[in-house]
Amino acid sequence: MELQEFITNFASQFEETDPSVFTKDTIFKNLDEWSSLQALSIIAMVDEEYGVALKGDDIRSANTIGDLFDIIKNKK
Amino acid sequence: MAFLLIRNVKIAGISACVPKREEFCSDFPLFLKEESLNFSKTTGVISRRIASPGICSSDLCYHAADKLLFDLQWNREEIDCLVFVTQTPDYHLPATSPLLQKRLGLSENCLALDISLGCSGFVYGLGVITSLLSHGNIKKGLLLSGDTISKTCSKNDKTSYPLFGDAGSATALEFQGGGDFLFNLKTDGSGSNVIKIENGGFRNPTNYDSFKEIKIDEGISRNKQQLILEGMDVFTFGISKAPASIKELSEHFELNLESVDYFIFHQANKFMNEKIRKKLNLPVEKVPYSIERFGNTSCATIPLTMVTEMRDKLENNRLSHIACGFGVGLSWGSVYFETDKIVVSDLVEI
Repeated sequence: MELQEFITNFASQFEETDPSVFTKDTIFKNLDEWSSLQALSIIAMVDEEYGVALKGDDIRSANTIGDLFDIIKNKK
Repeated sequence: MAFLLIRNVKIAGISACVPKREEFCSDFPLFLKEESLNFSKTTGVISRRIASPGICSSDLCYHAADKLLFDLQWNREEIDCLVFVTQTPDYHLPATSPLLQKRLGLSENCLALDISLGCSGFVYGLGVITSLLSHGNIKKGLLLSGDTISKTCSKNDKTSYPLFGDAGSATALEFQGGGDFLFNLKTDGSGSNVIKIENGGFRNPTNYDSFKEIKIDEGISRNKQQLILEGMDVFTFGISKAPASIKELSEHFELNLESVDYFIFHQANKFMNEKIRKKLNLPVEKVPYSIERFGNTSCATIPLTMVTEMRDKLENNRLSHIACGFGVGLSWGSVYFETDKIVVSDLVEI
């Protein structure tokens, strides 16, 4: 599981936010496009691409994309 | 493992009833314009039917059943079994099924019981009533499945109120040679907190504190007698357990999914249901939706979808179906069954 690939997969769930905005330090909840519905897309992507079942608490406890990457890596 | 094979029971007819009052998500005051479009695009819900304070789940089910019995021309004296699935009963006690037995004019010889399950309730209810009928002593039974779940939602909670609608349903079943029902029923109580009403039962009785509205987040305020829906957790649960449940059912009973005509899912949220559909590689035309016009109506979604989206096909053809319900409990299940030109009543509106 590669961080760069994860960031690309994460970014591709967003329609309006420019992909260049996303880095491992991006605080994703501060993005204008972030919403609880957007979170469902992320959960679905992680389920499909990494076979990991994210819980609401996982999303809540992560601040940056890098944090979420670490959570998923630990669950694999 | 709760795999059940139940023989010699058939569905004779099905009906549903909804309140006349329609509420559109675009009119929900907590949504900004773009937010409501986004909500409808993701969840699929455009409008729901909302019960006024005087309409209970039992009223919706009564009218659905009354119409269906008339259309079937069944003698009410012959119905010896009534199963009522709801999480919004008339009273704490008595159970609501005896009230429905009386109101529908069924005889004293009728077995009546309530089942307290939500999203999985129709599938579980079918499991219970087909088991009772398969003995052969009881020839005819009614499964009533309905909720007025909108009444449990806070109008200040954008994560629940715009998603849910109210509906009741009636399914008439009879002991008759040839019909098989195949079930896979499952439970995980470790997820009991993700869809919950905390106060008002006997663990946490209603108290002064129960009425206090608490702000959870922007656009999410509710009191402790109102529904908590942890959407992200429910989503993770649904996209993993529902497809697995159907796969297990098909493997255990050696069913070929490609030869099944329809897959009728609990109408949870279109985004979630589409993930489930895609995981199972099911073609769009085999997976009907009623969520656009009715929202998530808890234990009524599957029969409501059959009545509103599949009527002509059910009335004119022999069909095979897999239905799958998943949610509050956590509880989930899938069932394979066949229908052969059943009676489908007009949608009743009260």
